[in-house]
Amino acid sequence: MEKAVDKTIITVVGKDTVGIIAKVCTYLADSNINVLDITQTIIQGFFNMMMIVDLSTSEKPFADCAKELEKLGEEIGVTIKCQREEIFDMMHRI
Amino acid sequence: MINIFEVNETNKMVEQENLDVRTITIGISLLDCIDSDLKKLNENIYNKITTVAKDLVAVGNKIETEFGIPIVNKRISVTPIALVGGAACKTPEDFATIADTMDAAAKAVGVNLIGGYSALVSKGMTKADELLIRSIPMALCRTERVCSSVNLASTKTGINMDGVRLMGEILLEVAEQSKDRDSVDCMKLVVFCNAPDDNPFMAGAFHGVTEADAVINVGVSGPGVVKTALEKVRGENFEVLCETIKKTAFKVTRVGQLVAQEASRLLNIPFGIIDLSLAPTPAIGDSVADILCEIGLEFAGAPGTTAALAMLNDQVKKGGVMASSYVGGLSGAFIPVSEDQGMINAVEAGAITLEKLEAMTCVCSVGLDMIAIPGDTKATTISGIIADEMALGMVNQKTTACRLIPVIGKTVGDTVEFGGLFGYAPIMPVNQYSCDAFINRQGRIPAPIHSFKN
Repeated sequence: MEKAVDKTIITVVGKDTVGIIAKVCTYLADSNINVLDITQTIIQGFFNMMMIVDLSTSEKPFADCAKELEKLGEEIGVTIKCQREEIFDMMHRI
Repeated sequence: MINIFEVNETNKMVEQENLDVRTITIGISLLDCIDSDLKKLNENIYNKITTVAKDLVAVGNKIETEFGIPIVNKRISVTPIALVGGAACKTPEDFATIADTMDAAAKAVGVNLIGGYSALVSKGMTKADELLIRSIPMALCRTERVCSSVNLASTKTGINMDGVRLMGEILLEVAEQSKDRDSVDCMKLVVFCNAPDDNPFMAGAFHGVTEADAVINVGVSGPGVVKTALEKVRGENFEVLCETIKKTAFKVTRVGQLVAQEASRLLNIPFGIIDLSLAPTPAIGDSVADILCEIGLEFAGAPGTTAALAMLNDQVKKGGVMASSYVGGLSGAFIPVSEDQGMINAVEAGAITLEKLEAMTCVCSVGLDMIAIPGDTKATTISGIIADEMALGMVNQKTTACRLIPVIGKTVGDTVEFGGLFGYAPIMPVNQYSCDAFINRQGRIPAPIHSFKN
């Protein structure tokens, strides 16, 4: 059976610098994770990005992705969080 | 589709405003463990708890990782032990062995507290109930994670004053036995009126006999989130104030609902209820008293406190009820003293008294909670305070409770440190006039007239 879409929200927050999106996307591509949507803005001088991605195509379990992205964030100097979409859906949609 | 502002709002609640799921509690029925052989009974209990709850901590951690929401506690509640142990236990010592078993099982599965070392005696006490109650000091002092509760009254049955008198003495015994540690074992003991069967919060959690074999109950939190939301509506009218609390409570409760559903699915145990309580911690910004201050009081305890709290409690329920398919437990605002920095400040400033706290318990969940009193307080005086609290619950058809800590060797002016989530508390003065003759009467107070609804 083919796995259903497994939507996960990745948020990247921190000081703006060259290549943040490139590095995150490279990781996602290498992990076979498809990007469904990207929003990016600068809030009060801080780089702020939200990506909606689909983890169902990736071999990696959620926890590993979350950990590796967190580590990648540390290398770039930003905070990267990885959360399943339902928590936002539950809170903001009736 | 979810937008970046909504995502940021949620994450800000978690990162800056202390939003968390306070507890996932598995209620486990031990009725099928009953055996007249004590050894066999203990074996059955250990096996049942460690089988049903074996994945609880792992599942809690998995949910925490995947949703990015802290789940502070994973806990277990069991059938009141007085019912389970009645056939096998002939002495208080026999009952205490069950506490040992519960403690060992809690450690084996990695939960931080296990509740249900309890007796339900709102009308009368069986021999087993009395033995269990007499074993509480022993049981609490030699275990680490076991919590005990006794239901002493209900709207339907009245108040068991023999039980109230006994619990005053037992509480002092618990305090005496742990006097070298500031009588901290009293934190693990609570007495109730109208105790709910599905409460996920300690120390009062037990798995009622009306419940299924195993069930998941979740307690959410989030005083900091409410406080922050109210900061944005300073000076607005009550309509705006109430709407803001409701919307915030809705969002907070939805998180609990999601966590409960997910835990239920992963553990293959039915979802019971969400407890909507605003549960404070000593962390800065995680205080119910601070919400009252934000509403417009200089300190919790100032005139207007009871009205403000009544409104807060009601709006939290109104917002929360729609967010969850099943609501239960205690569901309201908790007003513990030691676990709430704003409340501690109010005590230190002399703004709040035991009597004002008692008035506040009429309009919120749950009762006189985590209040340190002088260690030389008489047993009858403690029973008197308990009886007052039971009467409030009985007449108002609500749950009320008492978790008092008579700190042996300390008195008004001293402070007691409980550690971690339990915080610290200045010792509060207690009314010194006697109620000996009242407490020493035998029997029970009949149920109030409005309980006859049939």
